[in-house]
Amino acid sequence: MPETVLADAAAQSVGPGHKRTALFGGRIPLARLRDLALVPAIVVIAVVGQIVNPVFLQADNLINVLQTMSEMALLVLAQTMVLIVKKMDLSLESTMGLAPGVAAWLVVPAGAGHGLGLLPGAWAIPVTLVVGALVGVINSLLIIRFGLNGFIVTLGMLIVLRGILTGISGGQTFFQLPQSMLYPGTAEWFGMPASIWICLALFAVAIVVLGWTSFGRSLYAIGGNVDAAKAAGIRTDRVLWTVIVTGSVLAALAGLLLSGRLASVASAQGNGYIFTVFAAAVIGGISLNGGKGTMFGAFCGILLLFMIQNVLTLAGVPAQWIGALNGLIILVALAISRITGGKVQE
Amino acid sequence: MSDGERAVTPAPAPADDGRVPAAPPVVEATGIVKRFGPTVALNGARITIRPGETHALVGRNGAGKSTLVSVLTGLQAPDEGTVTFGGEPSPRLSDRDAWRQRVACVYQKSTIIPTLTVAENLFLNRHDHGRSRLISWPGVRRRAQELLSTWSVDVDPQTSAGDLSVEQRQFVEIARALSFGARFIILDEPTAQLDGAAINRLFDRIRDLQQQGVTFLFISHHLQEVYDICDMVTVFRDAGHIVTAPVAELPRTELVAAMTGEAAIDRLQARPSTLDRTAPPALSVQALGSEGAYDDVTFQVGAGEIVGLAGAAGSGRTEVAETVVGLRAAQAGEVEIAGNRPRPGSVPAALAAGAGFVPQDRHHQGFVPDMSIADNATLSVPHRLGKNGFLSRDRRDLLAGNMIEKLAIKTPGPELPVSALSGGNQQKVVMARALADDPRLLVLINPTAGVDVRSKEFLLGKVEETAQTGTGVLIASDELDDLRMCDRILVMFQGRVTTETARGWHDHELVAAMEGVDLNA
Repeated sequence: MPETVLADAAAQSVGPGHKRTALFGGRIPLARLRDLALVPAIVVIAVVGQIVNPVFLQADNLINVLQTMSEMALLVLAQTMVLIVKKMDLSLESTMGLAPGVAAWLVVPAGAGHGLGLLPGAWAIPVTLVVGALVGVINSLLIIRFGLNGFIVTLGMLIVLRGILTGISGGQTFFQLPQSMLYPGTAEWFGMPASIWICLALFAVAIVVLGWTSFGRSLYAIGGNVDAAKAAGIRTDRVLWTVIVTGSVLAALAGLLLSGRLASVASAQGNGYIFTVFAAAVIGGISLNGGKGTMFGAFCGILLLFMIQNVLTLAGVPAQWIGALNGLIILVALAISRITGGKVQE
Repeated sequence: MSDGERAVTPAPAPADDGRVPAAPPVVEATGIVKRFGPTVALNGARITIRPGETHALVGRNGAGKSTLVSVLTGLQAPDEGTVTFGGEPSPRLSDRDAWRQRVACVYQKSTIIPTLTVAENLFLNRHDHGRSRLISWPGVRRRAQELLSTWSVDVDPQTSAGDLSVEQRQFVEIARALSFGARFIILDEPTAQLDGAAINRLFDRIRDLQQQGVTFLFISHHLQEVYDICDMVTVFRDAGHIVTAPVAELPRTELVAAMTGEAAIDRLQARPSTLDRTAPPALSVQALGSEGAYDDVTFQVGAGEIVGLAGAAGSGRTEVAETVVGLRAAQAGEVEIAGNRPRPGSVPAALAAGAGFVPQDRHHQGFVPDMSIADNATLSVPHRLGKNGFLSRDRRDLLAGNMIEKLAIKTPGPELPVSALSGGNQQKVVMARALADDPRLLVLINPTAGVDVRSKEFLLGKVEETAQTGTGVLIASDELDDLRMCDRILVMFQGRVTTETARGWHDHELVAAMEGVDLNA
């Protein structure tokens, strides 16, 4: 039978490349294990943290870590989706400030700061999310409809949105937020802050959507080879629209959580977050070239960064040095993930 | 001519005119006209492909082959003319599913997504969904496994598609095409990136599928392959149909004549050796070794001599050639170019020592696609363009103009980006750059891959000319046509030089040596 001969010949030509892809008799593909690459690092940091300061592993401290990272984690979630389809959205950090900023501007009573007091307090959350969606629509329009370069478009939007927030707030901070805006950032559900629940729930949803739905898989297909995705019948433009708009809405939600927690909207809210967001995504195994990486990996990336920061604070590192150390941590974490991932990062 | 009963190499169908075909043609295109602005890509072109045959479509670059493929696969609507499948008119352009059930194309450029697994690539956008409406990965994997074993493709569906070899990737794409129900498959230059053994396996696979009732349209620049695998051949030239005939009834000279429109010159005539024994050797390689690639490679290329470095993919020939020009560093041994010993692993040092270089994959290493012909051709010779690091545009354009003329590059001017050129002309630009600094040693890796017949002859003629000026030439290739003009051929097998033959070899001897087969055993 010619087929058997052919199969044998092909098998020989495959050679060593064949073995690497699976462990335990093929039950666990190595690709899955790569997603877990950061778990050992997280365990090591936990152990180190416990040695440095026994407070580290106490529930209060861990909840504190999770709550401070919850807002940025949502940005990481949004950016991860955008990166998987091989786009970039730098404007997320400005959206995070502008969306609750506009809500506060319309809702906060006149006389107190720059508020207009046009709408009742209950409108704050819908307005926040609508502003987020609107930013996403503008980004999509420029990037997908008009075919402009995504990096530059969102860089422009980053500056414009920040400027708008500074304009409407007069460079000042909105206080006296309505109860509805404070709720998501301050409420406690089942003994944990609501923002942690929201963050974890959204990540769980994202993991399922990206791993187990056709829509999620089409993100990977588009990021990996957009022509092939089109040839497979995927409506690539529609998927890209959905991803970019969803990303911006998530950024608005993150801004809402942060404003609620701080009970204010500063004109610089979210300023500079985007660098940490990118770092977390790349550390978590998301490729800047698209089509690669998982939501779980991205979550591990941001968790690792915040745990290290927490350990440094507990170790009594002076606050003035935290910035320099943050940058250093990102570089070291990248180097570690390069070693564990074993592949050149592009 | 019943299905499944065909012999592996079927006798050509009788060409008598009164014959009534048993079944309607799988695909028939008539009077196809397609214009892109002022250019007419197809002008009344036609093709008829009967069930179960393997039909070759040949023609020089720009003859209209690719346009015909995009019309046959429903990617573009013809301006005039009709396409029918099995006697029925073609579906609407927007009905992708209907097209996919009729015809599939395996392009030179992969339509596989490298970051996903093979299983997911096969069932992209038509995954198995479980009861919860989420994707059932075990189901997807099982169906992929079934599909791959139905068509006996030996690939693990769990593998990441990026890890596949070119050959496996093609098999996966063919299997995917078949899974849509298509029984007519277009192969667009499938052998361009394969070595000899892989091509044989591909051909075996094509014959198997042909027996199972799959019809192929085979597009290739290698005429030998047309004679090896195809039943019928259609020749296109200048946007139109020239001839369709059973392969066995069309001798090679007539086929080439149909393609070029004129009788081809016979290139097999012996070339007088231009080896200059008095001059120092252009290249001397001593006991070169590199872990896992090649071992103990020693040879010399004399001034004016053309030496072939033959071998299958993975034999180490490419790696040796890349080491010579400094793209890689060897772990042991020495490379001496025209009496100089360039620093190992440094391309600038190798170029300074007098090497010129045509890399393996022009798209990958050969040129910067969006840069102009002038910039690309002079990329490696900035010192010729001006002093102290400043470039003179005039001098660049003058130099590039000379090259365009010398290599007969078809272009309106030196400002055109290289990406706008055809494959053959792109390769000429790469060759122009290799020759820009009057090298003492010219190293060519697969110099005619994906290049049409005419450009191929031109490029090889240029190599001969260069050798006549006293330049040593090293050609690393497994393409017999590239190797014909060599004074000597060194055959590599599994990292070692196993055979050395002088001119006057027979095809089967050389192929046997490359495959590591001993004909006398």
